[in-house]
Amino acid sequence: MTENQIVLEAKGITKQFPGVLACDNVNFDLRKGEIHALLGENGAGKSTLMNLIYGLHRPDKGEIFVNGKTAAIHSPKDSIALGVGMVHQHFMLIPVFDVAENVMLGDETVKRGSLDHKSVAARILEISAQYGLNVDPNTLVGSLPVGIQQRVEIVKTLYRHAEIVILDEPTAVLTPQEAEDLFRIMRDLTARGVSIIFITHKLKEVLAIADRITVMRAGRVVGSTTPQETNEANLASMMVGREVILTVDKKDHEAEDEILKVEGLSARDQRDLETVHDVSFTVRGGEVLGIAGVQGNGQTELSEALTGLIAPTGGKVMFAGLDVTGKTPRMMTEAGLAHIPEDRQRHGLVLAYTVADNMALCDYYRAPFSKGGVMQPQALDENARRLISEYDVRTPSPYVNAGKLSGGNQQKVIVARELSRNVKLVIANQPTRGLDVGSIEYIHSEIIKMRDRGVAVLLISAELDEIMALSDRIAVMYRGKIVATVETKKTTREQLGLWMAGAQAQAA
Amino acid sequence: MNWRRFGVVAVVIAVLFGVVIVIGKSQTPPLIIITSMLTTTIAVATPLTLGALSGIYCERAGVVNIGIEGMMLAAAFFGWLASLYMNSIFGFAPTPSLIIGVFAAILSGALFALLHAALSITFKVDQIIGGTVVNILAIGVTGFLNRQLFFEKNSIFGGNVPHAPGVLPSIRIPILADIPIFGGIFDQQPITIAAVALVFITHYVLFYTRWGLRTRAVGEHPRAADTVGINVAFMRYANVLIGGCMAGLGGAYFTLQSVSSFEPLMTNGRGFISLAAMIFGNWSPIGSWAASLVFGAAQAMQINLQIFRELIPPQWAFLQQSYIVGLAPYLLTMLILTGVVGKTIPPAADGQPYEK
Repeated sequence: MTENQIVLEAKGITKQFPGVLACDNVNFDLRKGEIHALLGENGAGKSTLMNLIYGLHRPDKGEIFVNGKTAAIHSPKDSIALGVGMVHQHFMLIPVFDVAENVMLGDETVKRGSLDHKSVAARILEISAQYGLNVDPNTLVGSLPVGIQQRVEIVKTLYRHAEIVILDEPTAVLTPQEAEDLFRIMRDLTARGVSIIFITHKLKEVLAIADRITVMRAGRVVGSTTPQETNEANLASMMVGREVILTVDKKDHEAEDEILKVEGLSARDQRDLETVHDVSFTVRGGEVLGIAGVQGNGQTELSEALTGLIAPTGGKVMFAGLDVTGKTPRMMTEAGLAHIPEDRQRHGLVLAYTVADNMALCDYYRAPFSKGGVMQPQALDENARRLISEYDVRTPSPYVNAGKLSGGNQQKVIVARELSRNVKLVIANQPTRGLDVGSIEYIHSEIIKMRDRGVAVLLISAELDEIMALSDRIAVMYRGKIVATVETKKTTREQLGLWMAGAQAQAA
Repeated sequence: MNWRRFGVVAVVIAVLFGVVIVIGKSQTPPLIIITSMLTTTIAVATPLTLGALSGIYCERAGVVNIGIEGMMLAAAFFGWLASLYMNSIFGFAPTPSLIIGVFAAILSGALFALLHAALSITFKVDQIIGGTVVNILAIGVTGFLNRQLFFEKNSIFGGNVPHAPGVLPSIRIPILADIPIFGGIFDQQPITIAAVALVFITHYVLFYTRWGLRTRAVGEHPRAADTVGINVAFMRYANVLIGGCMAGLGGAYFTLQSVSSFEPLMTNGRGFISLAAMIFGNWSPIGSWAASLVFGAAQAMQINLQIFRELIPPQWAFLQQSYIVGLAPYLLTMLILTGVVGKTIPPAADGQPYEK
């Protein structure tokens, strides 16, 4: 075996999904012991290509070679047998099973008809020690933090003797420190001869860890390079297909009156666990307060409690001087709240309604949209056409169902509806999750526009870069508590990362 | 199933038994009453136990099954019909006819389950609708055939219900059935013994075998199962069919073990009560059996109070009205399902079709 032996090769892969050509004649190869980054925006075809290699889908055209031989991959079973393992973006773990059960699933060791839990646990401890993964086989997966769950996924692939490991957006759910840890594990793996395909859309990470980089755009490979030959700006323009401005243009702005004041707020989630404990902060007009934190640290319940979707279990919310604790979403909307919810498809839009109807969701019940209980099509039409042109929503007509639009355009419909009203406060939860770079740029500039107009903005995001680019002040949320609040200018990524991982602030 | 829930089960059963003991003690010693109550409880809980197991196989694999009632009804009819054919047309002796009837019942349960599986797994029809289709179809088919075969002059049975081969004989479990006083509990008919054995077999299969691990995986997170090479559709089909067999055996109880006749709609909501037992038992075989015994005890109370009818004191006269006591299992179902015992957690992907 030579050092540069090609272990996996995909040639001329084409895959058509209804309405989209997800992969168009894609060529890709992976050498032994390397980390090959596959970079691209959401919907560029990275995950589809990997699902084809892993056997979750079948290509329409093209061939896959593993260790130089044509590989007939009809299902994950075949790819696993060929030594391919995949860590999916959304973990493929069963929360009510323990680690050993999750790891052995599909490849169980059986002794006299019963599952041999003990020998599986021993194997896991062995693998765990070998790669410094530190995984306990007997804990329930649902009780583990996300970073450890990811390691369980890695153990799962190694347990099946994988020599090629595909990591699909592995850092999306990690703190910067956890990501560093993951990179260490990745280097350990490659040092032992494992080859890694690293899928991501984060430029910094690619430059930090990859040996080679392949960039995909709209189902095609647009180029291959190495970290030495390229830089962030270059990669970004390859990804998007045009020059991109990576920094947000933001002027200093004087904060005005206090708009939102939260005192000792507590809230419970659907399982009745208290996920927001005693949170206090203020947001003033003309300022962006960013709530940083790893997903699942209470951000969802915080934004739901503030927007009236759930009733807080304790504390007080003052909005423009009025006590609005536990008020309904409609009261909040009428008081001047714009809400860009976390899950745009479930809470932001009615996908089965037209764009025009979605654009009137906040005011449909009153003039001019409704008169005496009867909807006014003329008013809906005018409103929709005005917003579509003002906010550059790409839709064939105002009467297309919102579900038919791309993610970026769906978000623009929400942004248009919420920000075009006369509002005092914007609560934006993960406003750019899953969007392409162009839409992200647009939504960022709209948020800054609101701030410059004197509106108070509460930005909740798990993307630290986004928080740092947009916020004037940053509050870090960890396990339902605000552990630190700082001015953006007076902090660093590393410091925020430590707080996100639970380190206590010395001075708030 | 946690200890608190087992506590509720024990208390409710104790109360139901207590009522009968208090009323009957002047005529019969309490120990005899307890034995008789226990024997009846276990026996009448049979279709509920099997119905709950049917639900467990289906729902642990991620397919909601509200068609248990229909599967049982169809199995009760076809099992009985098969035993009649064997006995009166092919001239088999009663016991072999009944045994063939039991297998015919299991097979018809499985066939109706196959319909439900095809609707909900292959065609991805809403699973509640699929189950409703099974229920309505079973009522229609059994009602129609019952009429055509037994009330039409030119049918094979000549417009009469032929003499039925009777019911399955009891089996005395060696040693245990010889215990003084309590021995009667171990002297039961075969479907009851099978049901109790299946509770423990199912527990072992679900939690200690490869099959069980994979079944639970496709019911919790089918995509995760798919990514490790498990065939989700196959696992779901197979478990729904096993569930159908359980319901089929439960159906056989009505016409081959309990009485030797068929009446339209004779399952009388037992399939739905067994779903309640499954939910109360938190989708676990042993828990669901315990819950089935609660309903069984309510029915046993009704049966035993008939015997002690004359002894019921005047201030409890309402207990003489058998329809009031007969409501007990249904009232218990409502009470239990309204959540008096806290929250239950169904399998995460229960009721969701799997799309690649």
